[in-house]
Amino acid sequence: MRLGLDLAVLDTLMPMHAVIGGDRRILHAGPTLQKLAGDLPLTGMSLLEAFELRAGRSAGSDLGGSRGAISLRLRHGHGTFLRGILLPLDGEEEEGGRSILNLSFAVAELARLDEAALSFSDFAPNDMIVDMLYLLEAKDAVMSEARKLIVRLQGAAHTAEEMAVTDTLTGLRNRRALEQAVARLTQRSMAFALVHLDLDLFKAVNDTHGHAAGDAVLQHVARVLREQTRASDTVARVGGDEFVILLAGQTDPAQIDRIAARIIQQIEQPVLFEGKECRVSTSLGTTLSTNYEVPEAPRMLADADKALYAAKGAGRGCHRFWTGEGPEPPAVAAPLAGRA
Amino acid sequence: VVHGLFNRCLQSFLADTYGAAIWAEIAQRIELDPPGFEALLVYDDTMTDAMLEAAATVLIKPVEEILEDAGTYLVSHPSTDAVRRLLRFGGGDFTSFLHSLDDLPDRARMAIPDLDLPRLTLGSGTDGSYLLDCRCAFRGYCHMILGALRAIGDDYGALVSLELEEAPGQGACITIRVFDTGFAKGRSFALGLRAS
Repeated sequence: MRLGLDLAVLDTLMPMHAVIGGDRRILHAGPTLQKLAGDLPLTGMSLLEAFELRAGRSAGSDLGGSRGAISLRLRHGHGTFLRGILLPLDGEEEEGGRSILNLSFAVAELARLDEAALSFSDFAPNDMIVDMLYLLEAKDAVMSEARKLIVRLQGAAHTAEEMAVTDTLTGLRNRRALEQAVARLTQRSMAFALVHLDLDLFKAVNDTHGHAAGDAVLQHVARVLREQTRASDTVARVGGDEFVILLAGQTDPAQIDRIAARIIQQIEQPVLFEGKECRVSTSLGTTLSTNYEVPEAPRMLADADKALYAAKGAGRGCHRFWTGEGPEPPAVAAPLAGRA
Repeated sequence: VVHGLFNRCLQSFLADTYGAAIWAEIAQRIELDPPGFEALLVYDDTMTDAMLEAAATVLIKPVEEILEDAGTYLVSHPSTDAVRRLLRFGGGDFTSFLHSLDDLPDRARMAIPDLDLPRLTLGSGTDGSYLLDCRCAFRGYCHMILGALRAIGDDYGALVSLELEEAPGQGACITIRVFDTGFAKGRSFALGLRAS
């Protein structure tokens, strides 16, 4: 069966088509294709004047690749990239027959179609390109919402981290919580002892048995500190192997010395990790809130640190009180900065 | 559950129209913390009802009126231009847009798979008018559709009159009379992605 199609029907069905004569001149261009080319009429141009051939077989007599597939770029207008199909119109194989070229947008073109200011009437009502453009636009809107959500969640995670008061390895309080606890006790005018602990031989455990063994030791220490203190006391891990205890309402040096001795004795118990015995000890330095007019965490920590160094100087497993003097620890500016 | 997109639209409407302080007050009344909805999450229905109730109390306005204004806002405000554009994909003129409303829930699901829009069915009245049957989970939402239709009519430059009649059960019928599809110039709508 042969169809004699009116050009107006073709314009509506395939608004981006062109009829090509046997001499490779454009006999007729569909309205949307002409719109893309701008003011210059395509009709009358040779095919290669109108288009740059990008893929297809060759620019010779044998245009069109497999099943007539062809990839072109318009030489006019915005230089739109197109793909399409080029087939002999009259079915005749001989030279000089007319062809029909039907085009659509190359994929890369979809993102910059706005330059062409196209509207619904430029496409056949059943052309899914409109739905494609809808989807692209919807996807963009959703993606931008998703990106904003992620940024907000990142911010929230960051804030949560900053607000965290727990050390994740040991479950003890962290430095922030410690500072808050000092402030609370001071506010309630409650006297307290601040005990600063530093493990002895911890580096050796890490070096000999690895970090997992070191972690097991830290958890052992945390357990001991929890057991040897009351619920109203605060136990914090403030550095790699550094801990601080706040003994609320406790300022009796003899009592504190006894607590320190029990802590040293318990911490010195060997820890079994994967069949290996790990041993550490601890040195402790203490200062009392009654030493200060206004007890403040940084000052007290620095003084407890001095007492701790005095204890270290006296040998492993010792406890000392701050006496208002003593050897300067090596890192005065940042007394708690992680010492391995 | 209600899609966060819906709550978020109401939030934007309330904040953009009445100011951040009014929104903060509404958010506080419904104990929304942090004080904003996420468009990509889902929320319990009671949250939306509570928000509308709080807004009605704070603004001293009936919920239906708030929803109708929110519908207009959704289509006409610059901050929700994406919604206007996506709706305009429904057709080249207002009449074809009306005929595309049957597809609207499916079209919306193409973009956001878990978004359930009200089922809309277009029929014809005896006098050449259109009858839009809206099935909404909450009757008030039909007022939002009314507001949106009014704004999209303006967007197309069509001269239309709209009338809402609440139907028994969950829904309403909106009578649409189109006097002129090209009454005013309307806002432009070219296909293709605009730089966002």
